[in-house]
Amino acid sequence: MGRLVWFEAVKTFTRLRTYIGFLAFGILVPLVVAGLRMGGQRAFERNLLAALEQDFIVGGNVLNGWFFGFFFLGALWVHVPIVLALVAGDQIAGEGDAGTFRFLLTRAVSRNRIIAAKFLVTMIYTALMVLFIGMLTLGLSLAVFGGGDLLIVKRGLVVLPEAALPALFLLAWGLAILSMFVVSSLSFLFSAFTDNSIGPIVATMAVIIISLIVITLPFDLFQAIRPWLFVNYLDTWQKVFDDPVPWGEIGRRVWILLGFTVLFFSMTLAWFNRKDILS
Amino acid sequence: MSDVVLRTVNLTKRYGNRLAVNGLGIEVRRGDVFGFLGPNGAGKSTAIRMILRLVFPTAGDVEIFGLSLRKEGHRILERVGAIVEKPAFYGHLSAYRNLEILGGLQQRVPRRRILEGLERVGLLDRADDQVKTFSHGMNQRLGLALALLSDPELIVLDEPTTGLDPQGVKEVRDLVRELARERGMTVFLSSHLLHEVEMTATRMAVIHQGILRVEGTVRELLGGGEAVVTVRTDRPGEAARWIEARGGYGVPERRDGGFTLKMDLRRVGDLNRELVQAGFRVEALVPERSLETYFLDLVGE
Repeated sequence: MGRLVWFEAVKTFTRLRTYIGFLAFGILVPLVVAGLRMGGQRAFERNLLAALEQDFIVGGNVLNGWFFGFFFLGALWVHVPIVLALVAGDQIAGEGDAGTFRFLLTRAVSRNRIIAAKFLVTMIYTALMVLFIGMLTLGLSLAVFGGGDLLIVKRGLVVLPEAALPALFLLAWGLAILSMFVVSSLSFLFSAFTDNSIGPIVATMAVIIISLIVITLPFDLFQAIRPWLFVNYLDTWQKVFDDPVPWGEIGRRVWILLGFTVLFFSMTLAWFNRKDILS
Repeated sequence: MSDVVLRTVNLTKRYGNRLAVNGLGIEVRRGDVFGFLGPNGAGKSTAIRMILRLVFPTAGDVEIFGLSLRKEGHRILERVGAIVEKPAFYGHLSAYRNLEILGGLQQRVPRRRILEGLERVGLLDRADDQVKTFSHGMNQRLGLALALLSDPELIVLDEPTTGLDPQGVKEVRDLVRELARERGMTVFLSSHLLHEVEMTATRMAVIHQGILRVEGTVRELLGGGEAVVTVRTDRPGEAARWIEARGGYGVPERRDGGFTLKMDLRRVGDLNRELVQAGFRVEALVPERSLETYFLDLVGE
């Protein structure tokens, strides 16, 4: 199995497509940080601090690196699925499109093992992408805006001491990786249905956008199906910044996210093991 | 050990209302170069894909080395090398890396063996080049190198000369003969070209509209029947008139440097003898039979 994973990693990490996401965020994040530094920060001062200062005396560096690290993570999680789908959606469909399954699947290796190796590499890519975005946004923000306590306005005001923040961010990134595993595994499933990698990307984004609309609208029917939609749990990482941290709720959501990932992977295996390779 | 290397038993594939392969039953024996012949769309590729477990049969089974593909699954393919249709590789990787990955899924292939494989097909000097820079012919040769990398006992080649230049076609034919004769491999070769099968195969089967039409030795199947024979002699005009006057060999039709006769192939030897006895110097008697005419003969249409 180790050989298969290694070969899949070689195939995936030697393609230009794999680095499009890294490149895009590598350009976007420094640009936004520069924009914030050169005046954008004042918008936060006006909208956030001005409102707070009506009731509180705010001291110290509130709009600091930790604050913007948190802000970026919240702002980018809708965009990250696009770059994840770019790679995850191509893992199976790309082989079908290129015709390489005609060699790959005529070797004496089971389809289960080939798909499992592909899935594992897709999850590695997903984790690397989330960590890259997390470290880039937080690292740049801290370098430009400095440190301090983290102030979060969320159904109330939470101030988290700087000493606790590295561990909380690590935990948040871990939960963000779990959330994105679900997105990647869905795209991976769609990838098994087709021999064209555009389809899985579009389908993944369509599912996410439609699900987001469903969980946002306050209709009874939509609210009833909300717990069954995985997008309902994608913001689990934010829970680690609640005070007190709702560990029970986080634990429950971790199992749900893992459940969705396993479900999509199992569906991929079941489908691919019956699929005729006609390309 | 059984002499039968590959057997299909009532192999059937249905796509909706269309039967792509209908109850196919063929046997390939050890050491055969088995030609699997049929026009485009006859069901050859579907049958090959079922043999290689790319496509799952609607009914029937494939036995390789006496083991059921349905029961044993992918393990059965351990001693099989194959090229299905146009060889496709990871274009962004080198030829060497492609062989290392696709040939080494189960166990590591030594570097020396990969380089030997590339040398055998004349690609050693391109080992480190990205495959996306390769021509179709080079891809075909790389496919052969991959198919032979594990030293298989059975090699399945689906239209292996398609798109090759004449030199490439000759090299593939020579390689197929060498594999069977010198290395004792069993070769299963599909083609829509009758003369290709005639030149390389020892046994053959003909499939048409998904149904097996005939199976046997090439000598048995292609030795008889009607074909157009080109006759070249020292005095073609005179020879044509002599044949027409003698009768029994059809009506000669003049061509540049000779004439043709539509005749029973089993009588080519008689024609040669009679022409020589009548004082003509026979330079060549070349049967020219297209797959189309062969099929028409076969299916009686």
